[in-house]
Amino acid sequence: MIPVIGLLVGIAAGLFLDPSVPVALQPYLPIAVVAALDAVFGALRAYLDGIFDDKVFVISFVSNVVIAALIVYLGDQLGVGGQLSTGVIVVLGIRIFSNVAAIRRHIFHA
Amino acid sequence: MPERKVRGQVIVALLLAVLGFAVAVQVRAQDREGIYPGARRSELVQLLDSLDAANLRADRQIAELEATKRELQTSTNATQTAQQEAREEATTLAILAGTVAATGPGVAIEIQDQKGSISAATMLNAVEELRDAGAEAIEVNDTARIVAQTYFADGDGSITIDGAPVRPPYLIEAIGSPQTLSVAVSFPGGLADEVEALGGSVFVAEADAIDITALSQQRAPEYAQPAP
Repeated sequence: MIPVIGLLVGIAAGLFLDPSVPVALQPYLPIAVVAALDAVFGALRAYLDGIFDDKVFVISFVSNVVIAALIVYLGDQLGVGGQLSTGVIVVLGIRIFSNVAAIRRHIFHA
Repeated sequence: MPERKVRGQVIVALLLAVLGFAVAVQVRAQDREGIYPGARRSELVQLLDSLDAANLRADRQIAELEATKRELQTSTNATQTAQQEAREEATTLAILAGTVAATGPGVAIEIQDQKGSISAATMLNAVEELRDAGAEAIEVNDTARIVAQTYFADGDGSITIDGAPVRPPYLIEAIGSPQTLSVAVSFPGGLADEVEALGGSVFVAEADAIDITALSQQRAPEYAQPAP
């Protein structure tokens, strides 16, 4: 229950405070968000499997975000930022889909 | 609920809050900035190209429209000039044809003729002398405007001008240079001498403002046509 409240509070804060994204962060924020989403869905699946561990979640969340940002940063330095961003998004998207599929099987047994 | 579990939940909530915050911020930023920040370089180049092309088209259009504007202005000016000239010419012709009243410096010549000996020929002479001296508009007795078609005929103790009798004393008013006109009347052997020889008398008065109010009847030419 507390995590759901946290999520809502975060969204509300973002909508109401409405800060502008710093220019340096602009290329990384979308990738970081997708990476974090991947971590969240993975956590949800683990929770439904009954193997959720908050320490694992925190580490996977942070490392997902950091690695995604790092890959994009590296891509930018190499001049292939756009392509690498696409690659990261694709990989994370596949992972999110498989996690969601597992969650669906848990909830609907189908 | 053990304390460790609560702390874990709080940490998870914190991370989710960060995620929600980031999502909201990113969505807002995307809304605000439109399509350009997310666009690829090739797309931007294409966009720039199309903008350049549109710009070029607009420039060409501006040039065309300005040329049209200049043309229209020129033709408007030409039309105005033509109208102005036509108006001036109409005024000139109206004065010459005697269809409008005229005013200006000139002379008033009074011819006394107790004996009735002034003939149409003398009057015609007088008019010719005045025309020779540059008279621009002439009338007799405030009733007869002298124009190109005017004719003089002898009547019974009077003169007929354009078919209407004009009786002495005759008052000839003419617009033109006052000095020239008065000299034209009074030079030796001129109108004054001629009239006096016939037993009449002539008085010439120069004036800064002579008003000629008699109008001639405008007759449309019945036989004469403009030659092609």
